[in-house]
Amino acid sequence: MRKNDLEKHVTGESLFADDINTPEGTLYAVVFDSPIAHARIVNLDISPAMISRGVAAVLTADDIPGVNQVGGIIPDESLFAEKETHFIGEPIALVIADTYLNAAIAAKKIKAGFEKLEIITDPREAFIKGKLIMPPRTFSRGSTDAAWRECRYIFEGKVDSGGQEHLYLETQGAIAIPGEGGRIRLISSTQSPTSVQKTVARVLDIPMNFVEVDVLRLGGGFGGKEDQATHWAVMAALAAYKLKKPVKLILSRIDDLRMTGKRHPYSSDFKIGLDDNLMMIAYEAVYYQNAGAVADLSPAILDRTLFHATNSYFIPNVKATGISCRTNLPPNTAFRGFGGPQGKFVIEAAIYKAAEELGIEPSVIQRKNLLKEGDIFHYGQAAKNCQAINCWNDAEQKFNYNELKAEAAEFNRNSTLIKKGISVMPICFGISFTNTFLNQAGALVHVYMDGSVGVSTAAVEMGQGVNEKIKTVVSQTFSINRDKVRVESTNTTRIANTSATAASSGADLNGNAAIIAAQNIRQRLLDFASGLPGYSSAVKPEIRDGEVFLGGEKTGLLWEDLILKAYQSRINLSSHALYATPGLHFDKETNTGNPFAYHVYGAAITTVSLDCLRGIYSIDSVRIVHDSGKSLDELIDRGQIEGALTQGIGWLTLEEVVHSPEGRLLSNSLSTYKVPDIYSAPKEIQVIFLEGSENDFGPLRSKAVGEPPLMYGIGAYFAIMNAMKAFRPGKVFGIDAPLTPEKVLTALYDKI
Amino acid sequence: MTENINFILNSALISTLIDPTITLLDFIREDRKLTGTKTGCREGDCGACTVLAGIYSGGTLTYKTVNSCLLPLGNIKGQHIVTIEGLSTEEISPVQKAFIEEGASQCGFCTPGFIVSLTGYLLSGGSSDRDKALDSIGGNICRCTGYSSIKRAADKVVKIFNSESYSGKTDIESLINTGLLPGYFKDIPARLAELQEKPQRVRAETDKFIGGGTDLYVQQPGKLREIRTEFLKGHIPETIDSEGGICRIGGGTTFEAMNSSPLLHSLFPEIEKYFRLIASLPIRNSATIGGNIVNASPIGDTTIIFLALDAWVELNSGTKKRTLPLKELYTGYKTLKIEKGEYLEYIGFYIPTGKYAFNFEKVSKRSHLDIASVNSAAFFEYSEGVITNARISAGGVSPVPLFLSKSSEFLAGKAISYETLSNTLGIMQTEILPISDVRGSGEYKRLLLNQLCKAHFISMFPEIIKEEALL
Ligand SMILES: Cc1cc2nc3c(=O)[nH]c(=O)nc-3n(C[C@H](O)[C@H](O)[C@H](O)COP(=O)(O)OP(=O)(O)OC[C@H]3O[C@@H](n4cnc5c(N)ncnc54)[C@H](O)[C@@H]3O)c2cc1C
Ligand code: FES
Ligand code: FES
Repeated sequence: MRKNDLEKHVTGESLFADDINTPEGTLYAVVFDSPIAHARIVNLDISPAMISRGVAAVLTADDIPGVNQVGGIIPDESLFAEKETHFIGEPIALVIADTYLNAAIAAKKIKAGFEKLEIITDPREAFIKGKLIMPPRTFSRGSTDAAWRECRYIFEGKVDSGGQEHLYLETQGAIAIPGEGGRIRLISSTQSPTSVQKTVARVLDIPMNFVEVDVLRLGGGFGGKEDQATHWAVMAALAAYKLKKPVKLILSRIDDLRMTGKRHPYSSDFKIGLDDNLMMIAYEAVYYQNAGAVADLSPAILDRTLFHATNSYFIPNVKATGISCRTNLPPNTAFRGFGGPQGKFVIEAAIYKAAEELGIEPSVIQRKNLLKEGDIFHYGQAAKNCQAINCWNDAEQKFNYNELKAEAAEFNRNSTLIKKGISVMPICFGISFTNTFLNQAGALVHVYMDGSVGVSTAAVEMGQGVNEKIKTVVSQTFSINRDKVRVESTNTTRIANTSATAASSGADLNGNAAIIAAQNIRQRLLDFASGLPGYSSAVKPEIRDGEVFLGGEKTGLLWEDLILKAYQSRINLSSHALYATPGLHFDKETNTGNPFAYHVYGAAITTVSLDCLRGIYSIDSVRIVHDSGKSLDELIDRGQIEGALTQGIGWLTLEEVVHSPEGRLLSNSLSTYKVPDIYSAPKEIQVIFLEGSENDFGPLRSKAVGEPPLMYGIGAYFAIMNAMKAFRPGKVFGIDAPLTPEKVLTALYDKI
Repeated sequence: MTENINFILNSALISTLIDPTITLLDFIREDRKLTGTKTGCREGDCGACTVLAGIYSGGTLTYKTVNSCLLPLGNIKGQHIVTIEGLSTEEISPVQKAFIEEGASQCGFCTPGFIVSLTGYLLSGGSSDRDKALDSIGGNICRCTGYSSIKRAADKVVKIFNSESYSGKTDIESLINTGLLPGYFKDIPARLAELQEKPQRVRAETDKFIGGGTDLYVQQPGKLREIRTEFLKGHIPETIDSEGGICRIGGGTTFEAMNSSPLLHSLFPEIEKYFRLIASLPIRNSATIGGNIVNASPIGDTTIIFLALDAWVELNSGTKKRTLPLKELYTGYKTLKIEKGEYLEYIGFYIPTGKYAFNFEKVSKRSHLDIASVNSAAFFEYSEGVITNARISAGGVSPVPLFLSKSSEFLAGKAISYETLSNTLGIMQTEILPISDVRGSGEYKRLLLNQLCKAHFISMFPEIIKEEALL
């Protein structure tokens, strides 16, 4: 039986990096990392580890043949710390032994002496002390300075949002297998095979064509394996290169939690101005991004915060300033939404505060200010095929928002200790890498002589269903049964120069590339068929459901036969194609342009119950109208929406990344870092796909779906706030996510 | 210690001399190269490593789910261990099919764990109850799906097994016929019968006793290999008995065995509600009462419950037995009056006779599968509106699981009233010394214990103590 991915998952046959049978003699590596958040390394004695049982080698910066540099955007990150450490968890050495256990035991024997330096964990403190990753960035449009005078109401405030651990269920890892003549083959759990390839080449001082990176699938990525899968792969490669043995490096969960970066915590200030009609006419925000010790992807993430500063609203005068602050935490990194959620949380908080002061519901302000067709975003792009109002209206009507609201109010009148809260959360999310050149993807399609099809693209499958979507577009392009199509692993020798599978763009870019490649072959086949005896170029042949049709009539020539004939006639049955999103441009000086191919819209209504005696809450329901264009696969898209939503709720409720003032991660295990489980996830999620939305840029008129729905989770935060308000009507609460049971209870009651 | 460990892994008989302290997870993945069982955390908190353990006892075979990452090989002697590979045949099972149809798997890393857990739920006979179906997968974390599709799949499974053609039959024979289990399960009872060993006495000359392993094995690869260890499983009592007005629970009794004990149910009708908040089903299937008490965690849930019952522990050193009141067992953070070589053989308490009320409260960051920020238990005997005897305990507010002796003393002879409650709260605050840690600030824990004490009164005396009055 030929199983698809799902069938392999449910039977446990699916292989992840740690499951792949490695060659005899494979060695295991464990990382020795800094125990101090900021220190000078005064001495490093690896000799006790060298003589520990089973140890093959201990590698440090001294063993690097090329450059000790793994920084992606800015070259500011070494593979192994040399003179100074900048966060707890920063790699210093790599211990390689015959078993994992022996490597772990040996790593504990390394002796290092440190001289502690000043430790900063707070972004505002870093800012004051001038510790910045890059100069501040400002996106603006209109003039807020002038607009304040026109405002009837002006409100200011501070908003904090915490970090978030990716908690991909499969930890980071890679296997490096040395080949002949210094070649390295890597199996890596990465979202960005080319980043791994490029960085291995740089560190080992070999050309990229000596490095092959293969990715079968990831057990979740969520952005955490976009930039930060590279380190482990490079270390494994270095060890394999040096020792000429296969080396496996899989991080244990606690190592992974300690060493890798998270979603960026932000501390932000806002100022919002409304006119008599509650139209928002001016908005200023300053975002202090906690970047951690090095740049990683922070600059790009900060840009997306600025892009999404106004969420789904039109505000004519905007000034959004982002400051990327260097602290002594692990480098924070990409996480589903990529800075967008942080930006949206601030504007929603600003609206919430304005509504609170004005004594009205936030939804009144939200609804009035939704984007309309042709409205210009503060980065100069016009909203096209704008669905903000359609989504909102649909949600309001199809889910009977007014009734839900009345029910909650009625419930609250009759209940003392349990209160219900309700909120609406609209979203608007731009699709494309904001770094324009990344918006490209390659695909390679082979049709084998038996009619089966192999497709390689740059997309990495990590649960988002991109392989199934590619199967769909390729089988539809050929008009053959989808079982004939197999999507291969992502491999840098088949597809070169891949962009990371990120920014929700995997299916868009790679799907489009696969379509072009398949179209090329189909055209050759049709041309070939036209020349077959009995066919003429006057009546165009077509392929339908695995059979050749002529003038709308079946010809009896099946796909398999056509392929065999074409092969025997020496027709090229392979094609490589590149897709590059048209029309994108962005000027990094003025911060204006057309950075996004399109936007994804949606609206969610969230209801929660709050136990005001104990300070604990449950998410009762989230009802969503979501714009997926013409969805390629509703089952997959629904899954993305439900999963992203739940992650978004987790970010703002339970998931609390806690560091000590010394920069030590206190939420350092799954017993202290809690992600949503089956009970804390929403009890009910309803998803309706917006009708009538189409999209010129997505494959088969679909829209990207990976990231946008995460931001529906913001609704849960404000629904809980509303329930708190129902219990303590007069009280004003600060906005400081995540809203843990502790924060709820201590906000509702006075200190004892 | 070179002793063969015999068990059946899927359909294969295993007889191995391997170190019994290694985890079942490592054995399955490293030694047997069965990679369907995944490593997600090695601390019992994700469920990716879930397998079934079939235990043959008294002529019957029962299956339960366990976290293989915390389960030492030494604890599975004579059992049938089933991994995802052992549930998968050429034909997709109804549980697997439901997951496929509902898209209940995305990246797939968590999926084998879910399939095993849900299959375990059907195997344990609880097919009609959605609540229990969800509890059975409550220990499985999925980071991708948001659980909605998984719930839909679980609903589908429950529905199929309640449909007329299946009519809820969950004996092995029927489950084989429905395609849920492969045919080899048929012969397992007979094969296991041959593997059963006679229980032996506990060897007291040891550095460390191993109970269920759910605490010892949390992220400690290899540590136990370096010391002398002794497995208690199979050697110490796992029974729950009542005799002469006394209830005695064997030190090896698991949380889940307590949860399903008819005796405890009759004494504490809400017991299932309490246990729902304690760990997850696979952990409860392994974790023992002895381990909970000796582990001495200041927030151990069952310890807190037994403190309010004024329980005592019966210790055995192999040569000597002695009894200690539980509330006198702890001397400081993780220190207790147990001598090296002594193990907890029984815990006992007097079965209440008059009118009494009991309540247990636990608040943690996540409501389920989380360690409490603060927990508390209350046991009140009363008559005609007056409390005759009261015992309150609290966890997370002191270095030890705390018996609130002053508050308890104060309550005796007091009327059940707002005034009594309010005075108790005042006294209670003088008895505790919570510290700030990752489970909450000291201030929060003070406030929380106040709230939980109010919750005790509301739950136990709803006719007298009303919610509205507590604002
Ligand atoms: C994911 C997870 C969730 C958890 N959730 C909870 C929770 O909600 N509430 C809670 O209270 N606990 C929880 N625990 C903690 C743990 O399950 C309990 O403490 C459990 O009762 C330990 O029992 P065990 O038999 O597994 O002990 P083991 O791990 O075997 O042993 C623990 C300690 O007790 C000693 N010991 C064990 N049995 C005896 C005995 N009979 N006599 C003398 N010494 C003995 C051992 O030597 C060891 O020092 C959780 C643990 C995990 C991994
Ligand atoms: S690996 Fe996570 S529970 Fe065992
Ligand atoms: S499907 Fe990825 S963790 Fe569940």
